[in-house]
Amino acid sequence: MNALVPLPVVLPLTACGLSMFIGPRLRVLHRLIGIGVLAAVLAVDLVLLVGADRDGPLVVHLGDFAPPLGVTLVADRLAALMLTVSGAVTLIVLIYALGQDMVDREERAPIAVFHPAYLVLVSGVSLTFLAGDLVTLYVGFEIMLMASFVLLTLGGTEPRLRAGSTYVVVSLVSSLVFLAGIAVAYAACGTANFAQLAVRLSDVPLGVRTLIEALLLTVFGVKAAVFPVAAWLPDSYPTAPAPVTAVFAGLLTKVGVYSILRAETLLFPGNRLSTLLMAIAFASLLIGILGAVAQTDLKRLLSFTLVSHIGFMLYGLALGSRGGIGGAIVYTAHHITVQTTLFLAAGLLERRYGSTDLTRLGGAARTAPLLAALWFVPAMNLAGIPPLSGFLGKLGLMQAGAADGGVDTYVLLAACAVASLLTLYVMVKVWNLAFWRATPSQLPLEGTVLEDTDDTDDTDDTADADGTADAGQVRSVGAVAVAPASACVRTTVRVPYVMIGATVAAVLLGLSYTVLATPLAGLADRSAAELLARTPYVEAVLGP
Amino acid sequence: MTVSLTLLICAVVLTAVGAVLLHTRSLTRVLMGVIVCGNGVNLLVLATTGRAGAPPLLYPGVAHARVTDPLPQAIVLTAVVITLATTAFVLAMVYRSSQLTGTDFVQDDVEDRRVVLRAEIAEERAELRERHRGEGPRAWRDERREQRRRLRADRAFQARARDAPGDLWDDILGADPPQSPSPARQENDPR
Repeated sequence: MNALVPLPVVLPLTACGLSMFIGPRLRVLHRLIGIGVLAAVLAVDLVLLVGADRDGPLVVHLGDFAPPLGVTLVADRLAALMLTVSGAVTLIVLIYALGQDMVDREERAPIAVFHPAYLVLVSGVSLTFLAGDLVTLYVGFEIMLMASFVLLTLGGTEPRLRAGSTYVVVSLVSSLVFLAGIAVAYAACGTANFAQLAVRLSDVPLGVRTLIEALLLTVFGVKAAVFPVAAWLPDSYPTAPAPVTAVFAGLLTKVGVYSILRAETLLFPGNRLSTLLMAIAFASLLIGILGAVAQTDLKRLLSFTLVSHIGFMLYGLALGSRGGIGGAIVYTAHHITVQTTLFLAAGLLERRYGSTDLTRLGGAARTAPLLAALWFVPAMNLAGIPPLSGFLGKLGLMQAGAADGGVDTYVLLAACAVASLLTLYVMVKVWNLAFWRATPSQLPLEGTVLEDTDDTDDTDDTADADGTADAGQVRSVGAVAVAPASACVRTTVRVPYVMIGATVAAVLLGLSYTVLATPLAGLADRSAAELLARTPYVEAVLGP
Repeated sequence: MTVSLTLLICAVVLTAVGAVLLHTRSLTRVLMGVIVCGNGVNLLVLATTGRAGAPPLLYPGVAHARVTDPLPQAIVLTAVVITLATTAFVLAMVYRSSQLTGTDFVQDDVEDRRVVLRAEIAEERAELRERHRGEGPRAWRDERREQRRRLRADRAFQARARDAPGDLWDDILGADPPQSPSPARQENDPR
């Protein structure tokens, strides 16, 4: 059983190597390798989950080096659960991306870039979940980041380079801070291994311990995009291609949340920073969702809700109780799935109507009812309408908060309720604008987007800002003849069945959390107990 | 544990220099900043070795107590390799950026630009209205036309920013985008 632990890291990397070796031809083989390997990873994740739940944490010391020296991989309940959810989500997104690719450009799709980078990303995410020491966690982050750099700037267009440079610089700086944190932790404790740190950190002077904690929490906070360090996220995510944004939104921020969860329970028990975490959660919840309220572009709007909902997980963590941490774990699993699904559905919309700008969409419920349903279910799930899993997750968190009963927890409860209501408002707004209202008359279903118009037509003096030939407006097909072909962005009405199928699978995965609510909550509760007890983890790594 | 003061001072200086460079707009300088800063942090990790000792070759007869701690060196080696990879990537980004826009300056967020532009235009308009009070709208037609042109150029820029990524595969294998005139960008050029 323990031999399986490195597989979620090794398999995608091997597949990446194979993919590069095969080269850009033999596209069916690429698809088979990608889907086959990710399915295998999902199967391994499931086995690990069952094993970790039954026998306690599964540990591998690579090369059989004892803890301070070697690389340690640990799959406890929390790690295995995160691995399983992320495995399922990455498989679905890969199928979605391949579906987009298959229909689009049969001959010259850039499988040579997307495919290996995506597999490396999956491997990096798995490594961060499995990491049993700080250095491995650092390497996992870096693997993930390098792949995400490539995916985010895919194609190297101007908007993506601009968005990508923000992301790259923020990530690089946070990596430097992480390295400094590792240096301080190593200097203080003589080890980077989590289990040994957990034992030795209690002897370290309080000031040094707080320094280490602050450095690590800053890094993980940047990754998780909590309020004061979240500005990079809504700026950089929306410009990426739909499948890339979907997997980033689902997984990369949750890797940060997972790391905070791990650090706060294993390394720094006692929940000393509870008040600080509550304040951060409060600010993230409200500022994130208010940002979403102000947006008119669907992808930016979803990015802001992402920032807001990280606040829910932080809230559960800040409570520090078994119920709170269990609630946070359930919410993380739910949110990975539902946020990915929403971005996938937004990608379908973009595909069908050529835009995600809410002011330019309309009437989609009539013209594309299936797509409307695929948007509606996860949107209500995110807002927390019973009996969907969003409701269950929020209910768990709020019950834990009410059981805790301090003044600050009740303030946070109110913030959670407000954020939920505003999420519902935002989702209903999107529904009304994009799906429910009549199709705007100037918006033909198939056409081209005029990129730029020069100033020669500027003769009307009365119209202020709503001239008839504004750039960015959608014109009918007939206008193509006038505009140079290079200045147009093609829109299309075809939505490949594979993309729809993948989105349906994601929606069903989100719905399955409702059906499996009892086992999921039980598992989350057991992993919260395991996290708070700490001894199972430490004993599994260091021996009893 | 004894720590070499020289290493620490070097680390501090390098990190400070790097941090200053990181705050610039030019991506090349930012890259320099990351490299210098990264070296500073690497020295910090090396400093955790403590007093220098014998090479950590563990054959029989070596006194373990006098051997240098090899672990920080392993960590630093890992970090150096990672910095190498990121350097290569950022250099590629710099090249591509200068290929597309002629500079390697990081532009403002689309949303920021819009907010700033709107505030600017509202302000200018109020000023114009004040100056041409009682002259009727015809008197300042040219200025208003110019304002509309700027708004429109910005809207076009945003439409491009939104719509260009719609087609994943087209963007990747397509040739370089045509050198589209983007007045908004030139106005925003920090130089």
